[in-house]
Amino acid sequence: MTAALPLAVLGVDWQVLVDAIGLGAVYALMAVGIGLVFGVLRLVNFAYGQLIMAGAYALAFASQWDWPLWSAVIFCFAVVIALSLAMDRAVFRPLRTQSPAVMLVATFAVAFLLQSIALLAFGPLGKPASSLGYLNRPVTIGSVDIRKITIVAIIVAAVCLVAVVLLLERTRVGLHMRAASMDFRTARLLGVNANRVIGSAVLVSALLAATVSVILTVQNPLVTPDFALRDTIIVLAGVVVGGMNRLLSATLGGFAIGFVSGLLGGALPTDQSQYLPSFVFGLVILVLLIRPAGLFAKGGTQVERV
Amino acid sequence: MRSRGAVQLGGPLLLVALAALLGSFASTSTEIYFVSALVSVTIVVALYVFVGNSGVVSFGHISFVAVGAWAAGVLSVPVAEKPAIMPYLFPFLRDHTIGNIPSLAIAAGVGGVYALLVGLPLMRLSGLAAGIATFGVLEITHNILRYYEKIGPGSNTFSSVPETTDLLQAAIGAMLVIGVAFGYQSSRFGRLLRATREDPAAARAAGISVYRQRLVAFTLSGLLAGFAGGLYVHLLPLNTETMYLDLTFITLAMLVIGGMTSLWGAVVGALAVSGLDSLLAEAENGLDIGGFAIDLPSGTRIVVVGALMALVLILRPSGLTGGRELSLDRWRRRPQIPQGDPHREDLHRRLRSGWLALCGEPRHARRRRGVGVRPLPGARRCDQPGRAAALGGR
Repeated sequence: MTAALPLAVLGVDWQVLVDAIGLGAVYALMAVGIGLVFGVLRLVNFAYGQLIMAGAYALAFASQWDWPLWSAVIFCFAVVIALSLAMDRAVFRPLRTQSPAVMLVATFAVAFLLQSIALLAFGPLGKPASSLGYLNRPVTIGSVDIRKITIVAIIVAAVCLVAVVLLLERTRVGLHMRAASMDFRTARLLGVNANRVIGSAVLVSALLAATVSVILTVQNPLVTPDFALRDTIIVLAGVVVGGMNRLLSATLGGFAIGFVSGLLGGALPTDQSQYLPSFVFGLVILVLLIRPAGLFAKGGTQVERV
Repeated sequence: MRSRGAVQLGGPLLLVALAALLGSFASTSTEIYFVSALVSVTIVVALYVFVGNSGVVSFGHISFVAVGAWAAGVLSVPVAEKPAIMPYLFPFLRDHTIGNIPSLAIAAGVGGVYALLVGLPLMRLSGLAAGIATFGVLEITHNILRYYEKIGPGSNTFSSVPETTDLLQAAIGAMLVIGVAFGYQSSRFGRLLRATREDPAAARAAGISVYRQRLVAFTLSGLLAGFAGGLYVHLLPLNTETMYLDLTFITLAMLVIGGMTSLWGAVVGALAVSGLDSLLAEAENGLDIGGFAIDLPSGTRIVVVGALMALVLILRPSGLTGGRELSLDRWRRRPQIPQGDPHREDLHRRLRSGWLALCGEPRHARRRRGVGVRPLPGARRCDQPGRAAALGGR
């Protein structure tokens, strides 16, 4: 209860706190997905949200065709992985040697391209994805109503994070990924296969994207072309605020921005809640000014060209 | 030297004049495409002043366009009509109305001041942090303009702004902005900033303050973007959603497709993409070309532009113009870039980009570094060929 005391001053109750942790958990997953690819490719993937969007559309179509749940989820994973590998092959690979600025703009273009294709193909109105709808019902713990999906999201995020850590720490391909994200050229000289290590990073990040799209479609069953777009922008800000150079700090940054926006959303009075994005991004800019290398980064600031 | 500058400035101006001339022959319904293409040129050139010269991508420039549009729009709606569309305005905004030209000047001023205020803290950042922070500026600006109804119409559309941006005004505006951008990039400030783009470490070592140079460009760029916003709001009724991600995307696409690092590229990109976009817009409404009826589903435009941008980035990352200024030398014999030798390729790139113009005499530098670097054939393309030297060699 001691932790709740300063929060109580802000007018935050347990309800808001749990929701904020749930949001933070989902954003942390997205941050890992973005951070893994950034580690090996030095590429900020703006189009990450569109992977999630594609997965969400897969779920929506599966529920429209009345597929059983397991096949819907497999379909979602298959779509996201295929799109992600295609993106790597068609866009990231030719651009690998370009400057970070070019890659940033390129992924921005891909994001817009995918979004507008979705708009063209599926229309602006949105499709419902309802196969996991029962997870949206609340359970009451003490005096707090918590949606089941929030609990599921927190557990799934924790499991995924542990799995990623185990992958990075205990397997050979994880070792290669860590080596590549420290120094790609030296790693290659020591026998790390560039295409394989990048491919596996892209694959893991696609698995995470698919997981996130399952969770997000439960929370927000109406799938539109700009599904997860805003979340991606916020997570990108979180990743940069946390510190891009280490996966851990990027993940913490993702969690922190989700947690803080959840808390602020609950704490702001109703007439000011429409200014939530301003508060969140104002905070982002403030933190970047105080610690340009990242809130959780260690070591001095290093100059990087974009 | 002087003639080269004349070509570099004259080319873009001529292109804009041609577009305007073509537009003046067009029917009233197609004229709007030409006018908005010219306004796009203004926005893209404003964006270029910062992004092109500094090499730092900004996702926040549309906020300066938006702020300029808001300033010009709020002030030029007739007093009698203000209470109907903007009932909550501050009294001093409610009780005054100004004309077309003063409103454009105020738009530019507001854009510049806002960019300066934003830039003072933000230009200290570099790399990704800067990119994401400019995104934050866009989000904040969009959010505040959308909900703060004391300074504008909020989420409503800006109606009743006098539509004074016709073909002539748009053309003059675009030419003005091109002139300012050219003046800046040929000035000492512009050269210093481009030096920091090519090699930040060497530029710092030569005593250039990256922060100050970027701030100057950011402010100027915000000023021009605000002016463009003023032109835009006088062209058609806007709302906050017009001034958001889509416009950010399309203007960045124009700049990248044309060639991020040159004024010529910015103008060519803006006009080429606008032209394509208008054609597709017509095709979405049903178009008849040589007996073929083309009827595209709406939304095709942004797919095509997005695909084009991705393709250009993959196949030709320096853009249609190669990121070079217009030059008549191009059609004479062109020196080949030596392939296969990274050192010489790098040297060529630097020689062409003009950053070596900062340096001393070649022989002098050669002697000091003790390396046998001779000016290469590409040195002809340097801004100051006689003074080119390979100070930046590794």
